[in-house]
Amino acid sequence: MSPLWLDIGPASQIEPGSARTLPVLGGEEIAVFRTARGEVYALVNKCPHKQGPLSQGIVHGDSVTCPLHNFRISLRSGEALGDDEGCTPTIPLKLEAGRIFLLREAVLGKQAA
Amino acid sequence: MHASAIRERLVVIGNGMAGCRAIEEVLARDPARYAITIFGAEPRVNYNRIMLSPVLAGEKCFDDIVINSAEWYAANGIELVAGDPVIRIDREHRRVVSRSGRVEAYDRLLIATGSDPVVIPVPGKDLPGVVTFRDLDDVDRMLAAAERGGPNNERPRAVVIGGGLLGLEAAHGLSLRGMQVSVIHLMPTLMDRQLDEAAGWLLKTELERRGQAILTEADTEAIVEKDGHVAGVRLKGGREILADLVVMAVGIRPNTALAKAAGLECERGVMVDDHMVTSDPAVVAVGECVQHRGQCYGLVAPLWEMCRALADRLTEHALEGSGGYQGSVTSTKLKVSGIEVFSAGDFSGGDGTEDIVMRDAARGVYKRVVLRNDRLVGAVLYGDTADGSWYFDLLKKGEDVSDIRDALIFGQAYASGGALADPNWAVAALSDEAEICGCNGVSKGKVVATIRGGADSLAAVRSQCKASASCGSCTGLVESLLTLTLGDEVQQGARTLCGCTSYTHEDVRRVIVENRLKAIPEVMQQLHWATPDGCAACRPALNYYLLCAWPGEYLDDQKSRFVNERMHANIQKDGTYSVVPRMWGGLTNPRELRAIADVVEKYDAPMVKVTGGQRLDIFGIKKEDLPAVWADLNAAGMVSGHAYGKSLRTVKTCVGSEWCRFGTQDSTSLGVKIERMTWGSWMPHKFKIAVSGCPRNCAEATIKDFGVVCVDSGYELHVGGNGGMKVRVTDLLCKVATEEEALEHCAAFIQLYREQAHYLERTAPWIERVGLEHVKAQLFDDPDAVHRLAARFRISQQFMQDDPWARRAAGERRDLHSHLGEVRPLSLETT
Repeated sequence: MSPLWLDIGPASQIEPGSARTLPVLGGEEIAVFRTARGEVYALVNKCPHKQGPLSQGIVHGDSVTCPLHNFRISLRSGEALGDDEGCTPTIPLKLEAGRIFLLREAVLGKQAA
Repeated sequence: MHASAIRERLVVIGNGMAGCRAIEEVLARDPARYAITIFGAEPRVNYNRIMLSPVLAGEKCFDDIVINSAEWYAANGIELVAGDPVIRIDREHRRVVSRSGRVEAYDRLLIATGSDPVVIPVPGKDLPGVVTFRDLDDVDRMLAAAERGGPNNERPRAVVIGGGLLGLEAAHGLSLRGMQVSVIHLMPTLMDRQLDEAAGWLLKTELERRGQAILTEADTEAIVEKDGHVAGVRLKGGREILADLVVMAVGIRPNTALAKAAGLECERGVMVDDHMVTSDPAVVAVGECVQHRGQCYGLVAPLWEMCRALADRLTEHALEGSGGYQGSVTSTKLKVSGIEVFSAGDFSGGDGTEDIVMRDAARGVYKRVVLRNDRLVGAVLYGDTADGSWYFDLLKKGEDVSDIRDALIFGQAYASGGALADPNWAVAALSDEAEICGCNGVSKGKVVATIRGGADSLAAVRSQCKASASCGSCTGLVESLLTLTLGDEVQQGARTLCGCTSYTHEDVRRVIVENRLKAIPEVMQQLHWATPDGCAACRPALNYYLLCAWPGEYLDDQKSRFVNERMHANIQKDGTYSVVPRMWGGLTNPRELRAIADVVEKYDAPMVKVTGGQRLDIFGIKKEDLPAVWADLNAAGMVSGHAYGKSLRTVKTCVGSEWCRFGTQDSTSLGVKIERMTWGSWMPHKFKIAVSGCPRNCAEATIKDFGVVCVDSGYELHVGGNGGMKVRVTDLLCKVATEEEALEHCAAFIQLYREQAHYLERTAPWIERVGLEHVKAQLFDDPDAVHRLAARFRISQQFMQDDPWARRAAGERRDLHSHLGEVRPLSLETT
């Protein structure tokens, strides 16, 4: 039985207001964000615009500004905010006892077919 | 006796607030229905647990917080078994067994076991002197520690682990009892479940002002022992904090042990339905031990609603009409005297929500309400919580607030009633004598007179009567007066720094210096930022302005840096980076070239290119490899080329008099000297320099931010050139005779640009905006100005000329370059 959730370690590994990455072999890289308030979100590490690495953007409130062309992406929904359009897939996540768990099937679902 | 014999027997486990309140509700509905026995673990009558904080603080004594005295139990025929907790529930025979062996049969059982404080599993957690904060015994232990004093007659020291509601109340009480208190909090924001970052920062600042040491993002590793007693707390990372008392206040956990052992359905709490009935119809549960619709509550307000639903059930009272317990929306108030904090609902923001923020720096007030679909869904108030209950009421009712939206943030007084819904109304109602600007003592009458006299913009009002020209906290009032006096004829002022603020770049820079602001949240609070933590436009600007204003003092905020400046390399479209090592004046040598060639091969860089600034650019480096690449380049004597920064980029040179038959001066060596002087300096935008050895200008110095053209008689200094999207040829600033003067003027011009340009404004648009005459006046009107500016630049450079690559190569901020881990799906499938 494989577990439903993947334990990717303590949230304290990520400085509040920033993101770190989790490459999935044969799949898409995942960006795990921790906001200044301490909330944690996981998204595919690609801007819907030109695939910029969102993990490297400036995190403000619960959105991130893509480092390539300043698309603003909601960390909650993955949707582009403001006048821009597009959506980055999000990965369901839970925080338990300070550790981050990602929904296993969503992580592996990001594998290239 | 006969009557009681036929009464149903109701046994209550738990003599706390929930258990007793439930009984009060039952008695109110049907006083004769049950013969009631209450078991309590504590050897005392029922008291108000949430008032333990004031008891600790010395504001109340135990008798003040007793809810039900011994007379109440007697008068209602309730048998209280205090100090003898139930240890087993026997559902089959419908009876409970206490620790002393007492057996009590029941027809109905009420579980109200509350919750237990969470004790973090670190070494030393059981040492004498480590306490939780849950009941009166804990308070007594804390008071004893405060009275005992510290070693060598020093002030006793307490460490409170947990900066939530309970922890801060404990810290406050202990500090009033004379202890020296440190609070250790795991998260970056105090009371992170109730407050947003801005309110948490204000709270932290206030507590620090009161003498508490607040350590956020601090993870406890162990409790340190000395002579069999607690002596301190060690944090991850090794730091130790001395302590004579350690209070663990990291949270609570529903106490489900009895229910679980009895086979009742439990998850985090004892599972109950809308009438507080557990998986056994004869057993009900209420309070912090239950889980209702997935929620567990740790606050007192939900108890009252639960107890009503429970009593309806136990007495079959109005059961048909009653919908039972529907779950609670909760609000929080911190009970620390002199600090007003309120929060309610969901204020984490997010999609479809809209924030309305008001900050009043002079009064230390921060208010934020969150709307979704025109309904209030959350509120955070700091400093002024008078409208907390009104917001909470709006939130619970869930009514459409679009009619009062504009005045909502000003509170009930302004928002109630259609006629008052205009926020300008409050200002209109002020008398002419009312003071608008406290800093400069300007009355409303004077501001209005100034506006009538022709000041038709905020900037004009500021310059003519000084209202809002100092701290700026009355800007909103002045804007209201402009609207009231002129209507639509108000002139919009200069462009603001970004959408988060109504202030211009100049205002922000001026206030930072005048008010000696030294942190980004401080600037945001002082200048009434409309967002909790800014945006991608203002954060880097504020970081730069603070860095420029307080060299060596301001701690650079990496989170407010664009990716390139955080990673010290240029991000490319595929997410890899390009690396440009510095080559002073464009000169290089075999050792550097070999090192670059080795890096290209070792890290498989797909391309190397000569740049327009006479450097070599290595492309396609992964973020994980950057520190190793830098280590290799450092080993060959090369440092960061800052090709990624809003900073000095390159000094481009031609070969000059040393080789060229036309050369008039040694332009190469001057270029190297200029680059040695200016490298590493952060600027409003990128800054390029060139030195040409003769007017043929092979180094293209006349399209640089600062260009030197050597002539027979000395050095022409040119400024404000740009070879980019809009080509601009430099303006001639002046001509100087010596190299030393050329260097001094270069430093002075850069410093003037650093201090006066807007963030992300190159020298060309800056000079177009302010005029070359302004720049010349600033440099030359006062004969000392050049030297003063140059001196400030050199002071700043003492702190800037520190190779960021070397620090990263040595291991600093490894987290920025490494992955969290890697997922290998196949190996996971098989193991």
